[in-house]
Amino acid sequence: MADFNAITLQLKGIRKAYNVGLPAGTEVMHGLDLTIERGEFVALIGPSGSGKSTLLNLIGLLDKPTAGELLITGQPTTQLQDRELTLLRAKSIGFVFQFHNLLPEFTALENVMLPLLAARGRPDEAMRLRAAELIEQVGLTDVGKHMSNDLSGGQQQRVAIARALVMQPALVLADEPTGNLDTKAADNVFDLLRRVNEASDTSFLIVTHDPRLAQRCDRIIELVDGRIDSDKANRVSSP
Amino acid sequence: MNSAMPFEWILAIRFMRQARMQTLLIMAGVALGVSVIVFISALISGLQTNLFKRTLDFQAQIIILPPKEVSRPLHQAEDGAMLATLVQPRAQRLQSVDQWQTVLAQVAKMDGVSVVAPVVAGAGFIVRGEANKAVGLTGIEPETYLQLIALNSKIIAGTANITGTDMLVGLDLAKDLGVWTGDKLNLQTASGGTATLSIRGIFDYGNSGMNSRSVYIALRTAQSLLDLAGGVTSVEVNLDAPFTAETVAQTIQAQTGLKVDSWIATNAQFFSALEAQSMSNTVIRFFVGLTAALGIASVLVVSVVQKSKAIGILRATGTSRQQILRLFLLQGALTGLIGSLLGAFVGWLFLIAWRNIAINADGTQLFPITFDPMLFVYAAVGATLVGILAALFPALQAARLDPAVAIRG
Ligand SMILES: Nc1ncnc2c1ncn2[C@@H]1O[C@H](COP(=O)(O)OP(=O)(O)O)[C@@H](O)[C@H]1O
Ligand SMILES: [Mg+2]
Repeated sequence: MADFNAITLQLKGIRKAYNVGLPAGTEVMHGLDLTIERGEFVALIGPSGSGKSTLLNLIGLLDKPTAGELLITGQPTTQLQDRELTLLRAKSIGFVFQFHNLLPEFTALENVMLPLLAARGRPDEAMRLRAAELIEQVGLTDVGKHMSNDLSGGQQQRVAIARALVMQPALVLADEPTGNLDTKAADNVFDLLRRVNEASDTSFLIVTHDPRLAQRCDRIIELVDGRIDSDKANRVSSP
Repeated sequence: MNSAMPFEWILAIRFMRQARMQTLLIMAGVALGVSVIVFISALISGLQTNLFKRTLDFQAQIIILPPKEVSRPLHQAEDGAMLATLVQPRAQRLQSVDQWQTVLAQVAKMDGVSVVAPVVAGAGFIVRGEANKAVGLTGIEPETYLQLIALNSKIIAGTANITGTDMLVGLDLAKDLGVWTGDKLNLQTASGGTATLSIRGIFDYGNSGMNSRSVYIALRTAQSLLDLAGGVTSVEVNLDAPFTAETVAQTIQAQTGLKVDSWIATNAQFFSALEAQSMSNTVIRFFVGLTAALGIASVLVVSVVQKSKAIGILRATGTSRQQILRLFLLQGALTGLIGSLLGAFVGWLFLIAWRNIAINADGTQLFPITFDPMLFVYAAVGATLVGILAALFPALQAARLDPAVAIRG
């Protein structure tokens, strides 16, 4: 495999301003440089309003930086059109949000299938098998056929993780995935992320407010006022 | 998930099922509008067909007459009384179409002409005892005339096939005189002709004027009674396409120099009434369509707002703008399509109900309603297009949604 593929994500001088040209215009990201390598398991921490969600949206190609370059598995992205961004996002990025992750009109299993369906246009047996495999991997075989609204918060996050993994992305972005779960459910979800990471090459960037969970990551990046305040390797204490 | 269905269809159907109340209400609205259109269209077209048929049942589509002459006092009125008195005597005499056999042969050869029939028409009296009844005599050749006018279907006794000394009289006249088929009647004309004819058939035009005044006799008998040996008063024509009558009439007029009337010109009032009906039908369709479009659009605008989080998540997980656009266009199209099929069905039920309500005292239909099954197809296609157009704005709104903002909520 080409050498640059060892680097999942690269940010060069990323700036982001909202409402450019308006009186309310503010820059919230002030020239970020950051590299995440293949298989890294990274925590992103920082006070509320420091720009963590903004950064995840930029990396996830949902938003465009005002300046700088962003490379996903070596591919520059700032010049890409919406169509190409959608394709790259579908192929390379998996998202897990804090809540309202799933479409309530669909079952757990169908929610996991959705990214495959969007990419290929029509459902087929291979898709169903792949989704069932992931549902099993996140330990939800019993509730796969339930409507997603009928699941508990922890179960919903597990389904969201399965969905984020279904396209075998290079990078999973999780924005406070355990933010509204109780401690036990949060631990379980975090364990799941960790296990998936250990079993694959997929890199993870996880926003969390919980220092206990951050301590279980390989690397901790702290964001303060749109700047990287600290970026340290972390020795994971075995549980 | 149905394997045969594309991604956007699966999503559209799930979204519509989820918002069950919204979907049912807007579909009911579309259905109601379409049922009104189907009902009114069938009613109007039934009415038109009926009026049209009633007119052409009694009247040839084109009538060829002798050329306008000074002998027509009505046309000369504005030229002054002097002239009118001068020409007055000539109006008493029937005039024959010059060289009518040649005209007949010539017109018969024209494209689109289906029947050509010679006719002798004039006034006469039926004399029975003391009574003296004025009637309009029409001399015909049954083999051509019966193809021209729907006389055959109006015969209620005997036959319309008349020759020699046969005659056909209307139901009211027969009752008045107390006669029936097989009876004989004496006919006289102003020019002095007399004949004793036997009744071969009784007709009922459903119109007491025509039933008490019209008498049909054989062409030759009419010629001798009316002192018009070898002549005819008109040559009458039917076409394959009745609505081309005016054009064909003008062609015949140009070729023969005779006076040629088309049913379109003689029924100008009837046609302007038809036009007014079609106009109001179009206006109704337009406003029903507009109302349906506004309804669908407003439901979808609300749906886009309600689903914005879902749209954001779909976009984050690899759904393209085009797919989101199609998802909402499809919801508009499906609303229009399903609503219109329901509506066409309901409209059809209305029509069946109408058939049972709108009947004459004798139990026959007031007028037959023609239900064209193509109306279903037109309604479905039209409503689907309206649905797509209505969905255009909300769909663009959904496709342009910034996923980052949508997810942040
Ligand atoms: N769409 C937006 N328009 C304007 N300002 C925004 C928008 N999104 C975020 N911000 C601002 O950017 C800053 C960073 O926000 P965010 O990335 O949500 O921080 P965090 O996720 O770390 O709490 C905040 O000051 C926030 O008000
Ligand atoms: Mg945030």
